[in-house]
Amino acid sequence: MNDVVLTVDGLEIVLDPSGIGIDHEVSLVIRQGEVLGLVGESASGKTTAATALLRHQRRGAKIAGGRIRIDGTDIFGVSDAELRELRGGLISYVPQDASAALNPALRIGTQLTEILEAHSFGSSAAERRKRLAEMMAEVLLPSDRAFLRRYPHQLSGGQQQRVAVAMAFGCRPKVIVLDEPTTALDVTTQAHVLDTIRDLTKSYGVAALYVTHDLAVVANLADRIAVMYAGRVIETGSKRDIFRQALHPYTRKLLAAIPDLSGERALHGIPGWAPRPGQRPEGCAFVPRCDWAIDRCREEFPPSEGPSEEHQTRCWRYREVGAQPMGGDARQSGRDGTTGAADQPVVDVRQLSAFYQRKECLHDIFMALHERRCLALVGESGSGKTTLARCIAGLHPFKIEGEITFRGHQLARDSRGRPRPVRQAIQYVFQSPYSSLNPRKTVRQILAQPLRIFFDLDAGETDARMAHALEQVALDTSLLRRYPDELSGGERQRVAIARALAAEPTVLICDEVTSSLDVSVQAAIIELLAQLQREGGLSMLFVTHNLALVRSIAQEVAVMSEGRIVEFGLVDTVLENPQADYTRKLLADTPTI
Amino acid sequence: MSEIRSVTDSELVEPAKVHGARRRSEWVEILHNAWGFNRTRVGVGIFAFILLLAALGPFFAPHSPTEFVAAPFSGPSAGTVLGVDYIGHDVLSRVLWGGRTVLGLAIAATIIGLVLGVSFGLIAGYARRWLDETVMRLLDVLLAFPQIVLVLLLISLLGPKLWLIVLMVGLSHAPRIARVSRAAALEVVQRDFVRAAEALGEIKPRILFFEVLPNITSPLLVEFGLRLTYSIGLIAALSFLGFGLQPPAADWGLMINENRIGITVQPWAVVLPVSLIAILTIGTNLIADGLGRALIGIERESGGPS
Repeated sequence: MNDVVLTVDGLEIVLDPSGIGIDHEVSLVIRQGEVLGLVGESASGKTTAATALLRHQRRGAKIAGGRIRIDGTDIFGVSDAELRELRGGLISYVPQDASAALNPALRIGTQLTEILEAHSFGSSAAERRKRLAEMMAEVLLPSDRAFLRRYPHQLSGGQQQRVAVAMAFGCRPKVIVLDEPTTALDVTTQAHVLDTIRDLTKSYGVAALYVTHDLAVVANLADRIAVMYAGRVIETGSKRDIFRQALHPYTRKLLAAIPDLSGERALHGIPGWAPRPGQRPEGCAFVPRCDWAIDRCREEFPPSEGPSEEHQTRCWRYREVGAQPMGGDARQSGRDGTTGAADQPVVDVRQLSAFYQRKECLHDIFMALHERRCLALVGESGSGKTTLARCIAGLHPFKIEGEITFRGHQLARDSRGRPRPVRQAIQYVFQSPYSSLNPRKTVRQILAQPLRIFFDLDAGETDARMAHALEQVALDTSLLRRYPDELSGGERQRVAIARALAAEPTVLICDEVTSSLDVSVQAAIIELLAQLQREGGLSMLFVTHNLALVRSIAQEVAVMSEGRIVEFGLVDTVLENPQADYTRKLLADTPTI
Repeated sequence: MSEIRSVTDSELVEPAKVHGARRRSEWVEILHNAWGFNRTRVGVGIFAFILLLAALGPFFAPHSPTEFVAAPFSGPSAGTVLGVDYIGHDVLSRVLWGGRTVLGLAIAATIIGLVLGVSFGLIAGYARRWLDETVMRLLDVLLAFPQIVLVLLLISLLGPKLWLIVLMVGLSHAPRIARVSRAAALEVVQRDFVRAAEALGEIKPRILFFEVLPNITSPLLVEFGLRLTYSIGLIAALSFLGFGLQPPAADWGLMINENRIGITVQPWAVVLPVSLIAILTIGTNLIADGLGRALIGIERESGGPS
């Protein structure tokens, strides 16, 4: 196989002073024109391994062993000057957040030309100008003077990411490393950027490593997939191998955690969390979360084995795992919750217009949330979905017109202007649990706040209510003494949900509650919310940009675009027979497996 | 220590989970890091020395600070180790007695300044819009006066009263502390946990002092050290100008003023209080600097961030 461009062999990366391992025995092969998806949860060491391909380590990490060859060049054997030549020339990198990676003080034309000049691409300025125009055309951006004279902040997020892609492809590299380049983008923009990346790698025969936590994204893009867990590659195979015949229990669980747009599969989270460097057990690190674990797994890490040279895994019991049929059980949430005809709405929004400063950002919204139903509010960023949710919660800081009623009572714009029972009945869970929990308060203090404000309880009752709230979100009461930064992202979001539940609400507004979490954690949170809504009789407004989640949790869906609701109806009706062009576009762009 | 640090310093998406072990809160961490600098240790040493001198000195004073022991401006002798001052008091005894007022008044004034400044800063940072503008512009007016002029303004009208000195020095610090608190609070009030408290209908004072304040303690710790340095200088200057303690009270600032005419014949009566005030301010300044370095995460002993 002489078309192999990149080989990584036994890469070892450790934390610098302590020598604690981050990545072990990472071995990868990528051929010309091939996209390898490197998939794993947070802290799996995937980004650390990927940046090692450019011989870069973040502060505190060190490459301790292994070999990386790109097109015959040993990356660890070259001098620093040669390395500078290689980076951007032979191998290039597309960062996660292009807005942070582009220099805000330089025009994009200048930044793109810089790459070509640094690598002496082309022999004259005229030739470089020609290449610059080509680069822009390749990523479907205009190459006129006016556009090239723009600064990064004058571009949209998708355009910025395209510029970063253009930069990476600029000097025709052999290998390109893409580090979750679309996580910050909307589905539509994401779909366009992914298309561009796919076309470019195919037409120029580039070997690409695409790092992501989202299997659904690589399902459409990658030719082969490598799954990482706790610093090791635990399964590699063709896309077909992984999606049809996964051999490692972790890969299978990861697949079951992906929300399914067609709605045929139930969504399953993976309990527990991925162990971080320094806390990984002997033997196989997945043992604590694995249903298949045997004693041998605790003692010895299995060798690389598999049915073919292409499809390899590291599990003692891969044959038995592989013999189990894939696909999982049927979905049971969602529409089951529908109880006959819709009765009186709990929250009724009529002809609502909201302003941001003096600019109108929501126009003539009519929306009703019914008793014991979950309504999903879907749209891209900037569509006004969060603004609408915040208007209902009384958190919109600017002028609104029209009316919002709760059980027939008109609601004040500001939560402070609302009577206590209303504030108690409508609870809000924020997007990021990293920002919605006060880092200086313990979980106990956080949960005590709604109890103190809404109920007159003695200490014993308060403790009992707190324990109940934690139990509802499947957390242990030992967490009460912890501060938020001692919790994982999933645990934090559960605490935030427990805070909302402690108020005993009738309406729960969830604003993109899973967007800052890993796919596996997202699935667990969605399972939890669906169960709470079904069993607790909550009415829920679930705000999301991810249409694929809607089936798993909601009975009704409202699609928003540019401050208007463009489609409203039952989930099955809307997803199977979308009426609005915008809904169809959104559905087409949602990555599926 | 280094192991935990390198994991939390990493760009891992989720924070380090340190199960079991209680993790130190941020300002304890800052105190700990600050203690790692020599400058902080020297500063604390100096401050502790002066504090002990001021607190315990009177018990070791050979004479009463207001007792006449020899002819004015007599040099050192057997009974008066450091000589006597312009009016015949023992210099050593007056030095041992005279630290209490400077230190006590300076600390009290700084605390008043901190309470006022933090309150204004939090209110301005949380309220924003017109209330923020109003509070901050009013503080800017105060800021336009040199601190000493502002203090002298009222004291020269109402007379040198101790409570007035403390109040005015504290008040003169308030605008500067308010600016620091407001800047720190502005970032905190944007975070969602403040929205969450508002949605629950939490009352504003609780939001300010229970949600926002605990998140800005670190910069305030540094500010306290810095303002203490200025308080010492100001209070000593007030005494020197004759607006502080009145004779025959023993006070370092006052001693400098009283004895400066005799500096050539009896230098001890001036040099000693001057040096003590000087090294005290150096001490507090070193502490503030060490805290500041630890706060912004500089690991080196001198120079800027690496």
